[in-house]
Amino acid sequence: MAETTAKAVAELRDIRRTYVMGSTEVRALKGINVSFGAGEYWAIMGSSGSGKSTLLNILGGVDRPTSGEYVVNGHEISTLNDDELSEMRGREIGFIFQSFNLIPQLNMLENILVPVFYQDNPRPDANERAHMLAERLGLADRLDHRPNELSGGQQQRVAIARSLINDPPLLLADEATGNLDSQTTDEILKLFDELHNEGKTILLVTHEKEVGEHAERILHLKDGLIDGIVENHR
Amino acid sequence: MKGNALTRSIQLGVKSLLLHKLRSLLTSLGVLFGVSSVIAMLAIGEGASQAAQEQIKQLGSQNVILRSVKPPDNPSSDQESRVLSYGLTHDDYSRVVETFPWVRNAVALRQLQQEVRYQDRQARPRVLATEAGYQTTTGRLLYEGRFLTERDVDSIANVCVLGYEVARSLMPLESPIGKSVKVGAEYFRVVGTLLPRIPIGDDQPAAGAQVTGEVLIPISTGARWFGEMQVKLRAGSREMEEVQLHEIILQVDLPENVERTAAACREMLSRNHQEKDYEVVVPLELLARAEETKRIFNIVLGSIAGISLLVGGIGIMNVMLATVTERTREIGIRRALGAKQRHIVLQFLVETVVLSVGGGLAGIALGLAIPLGVEHFADMETLVEPTAPLLAFGISVSIGLLFGIYPAWRAAKMDPVEALRHE
Ligand SMILES: Nc1ncnc2c1ncn2[C@@H]1O[C@H](COP(=O)(O)OP(=O)(O)OP(=O)(O)O)[C@@H](O)[C@H]1O
Ligand SMILES: [Mg+2]
Repeated sequence: MAETTAKAVAELRDIRRTYVMGSTEVRALKGINVSFGAGEYWAIMGSSGSGKSTLLNILGGVDRPTSGEYVVNGHEISTLNDDELSEMRGREIGFIFQSFNLIPQLNMLENILVPVFYQDNPRPDANERAHMLAERLGLADRLDHRPNELSGGQQQRVAIARSLINDPPLLLADEATGNLDSQTTDEILKLFDELHNEGKTILLVTHEKEVGEHAERILHLKDGLIDGIVENHR
Repeated sequence: MKGNALTRSIQLGVKSLLLHKLRSLLTSLGVLFGVSSVIAMLAIGEGASQAAQEQIKQLGSQNVILRSVKPPDNPSSDQESRVLSYGLTHDDYSRVVETFPWVRNAVALRQLQQEVRYQDRQARPRVLATEAGYQTTTGRLLYEGRFLTERDVDSIANVCVLGYEVARSLMPLESPIGKSVKVGAEYFRVVGTLLPRIPIGDDQPAAGAQVTGEVLIPISTGARWFGEMQVKLRAGSREMEEVQLHEIILQVDLPENVERTAAACREMLSRNHQEKDYEVVVPLELLARAEETKRIFNIVLGSIAGISLLVGGIGIMNVMLATVTERTREIGIRRALGAKQRHIVLQFLVETVVLSVGGGLAGIALGLAIPLGVEHFADMETLVEPTAPLLAFGISVSIGLLFGIYPAWRAAKMDPVEALRHE
């Protein structure tokens, strides 16, 4: 534990993830060691199949590593049972997906509030907070609309509002701008910059160089291993 | 917050069911028909058995009834003009009264074929010549006046008691008490009228005989004026019948002595009659048989209803399994946003229970309407026990839980990452 800096939000030690498909094994991650400090802004890059999504899923607590230790906000996740892990990812982690992943039968407000209701102790100000986030993200007049009535950029902003509703310290985005045009991409990235300035730890998976340049550091993945960490000088 | 979570789950469940209205409707039909058939069948069965038991009780559960039965035709006998003599005799009556200590009351009864007239009106009731004890043994209730007394019998009085229907048809506007009606060729003074009672199957006259109601006269008076011979016209031939007593009603002192009295009567009658020209009817046995019939009826109905509910439940399960597959991605999203397995279980279980309870409530409404329709159109008694709708409601909730648990469990056990990749 000596290496664990007090301000690390997420720390991976020799993380491996192997998929078993019948007789063949796919080793998606082959031993990842990295520590993400509080308030840092990282981009994770690498070619297709290099293990970016696998890594992000483990960081987000939706997947468990085959071996290795992952400590998030002081919890070693292999010690958590399914309920505790679910509670943790609802509270500590905000997920943003490439395909937005809004629930089609819920309106915007309800979508933003989904993570609240699964918490053991939901925050009492959730409703005001949802309105506040909607206001901030320019969605205030769209709250009773269904996802299919909105543009991609608007949907992704709803997804971002949803990821922020429980005020988690860690935001994970997998190709969050992959489905958006360049203008909308810029808007979303500006939003990430703001969130970073407010102290959120952000891990952003992308394979677009310009997107990666917004981050402080770029973690390069290659064949399930870290291929280098590059500091960005902005 | 826990209760809040449940209301929210129910709202959510209803919402996603409303998203597929037709599918939800069709899915709940199975439970709807299952539940309504449970209620309707119970109501009809209960009503039928209630009516049967009522009729048997009227015969008197503490009674043993001996009846004359016309023996099968003897083809060797002279067809032209014969006197057919059969049935219970006065000797049988005395023997029964003298031999069995458990018999508290014995009432002899003759049934006469006579027309009854009052002024220009006429009726064809059953004319029963009987004794004063008839009223107590059969539990008939008076409407007006008095019943036949022992003095009437001893003095061979020309008095009669009219059944309700006869009184109504002969004298619709005036009180019959004190009036004189003509039975056959003789005048009888009306001393009382009876309350109506539910008709009993065995009492019904032969089809087409157009006999309704009854008139009671003292047995001694009946013997005096009408004798024991009766002429019956049948298919063109004249037929003479001689029957001393049509019925002997025995009232036993204690219910536990009914069986033994019946057995002793059978034994005694078989010893004294060459032909089986009598029958021994034990209402208590009929009651037991009715109860047994009802039990079998309930088992059959229960099985049918059970099978239809099972089919309904399987239908729901089938649709829910399809729904779970269809919504795999949604499950993945919810899990990624912090939903625990129990939240997913609850979400799908609530949907199934809402479906089955919705079907169940509609089924209860239909199940209550069917007996009303049956009463109205088929003229049958039905009886909805207050527990039946509760039972049906319980059943539909249980079906939702029982058949919902597997699809819900499947949904909750999905790997979140796999579910998220699903498209
Ligand atoms: N559920 C799975 N079963 C089997 N193999 C898998 C599974 N998920 C990922 N893999 C394999 O693991 C490796 C890493 O996949 P991953 O999705 O992490 O790549 P990626 O870097 O996100 O790629 P992309 O840029 O295309 O999204 C790939 O070879 C992939 O085929
Ligand atoms: Mg990927």
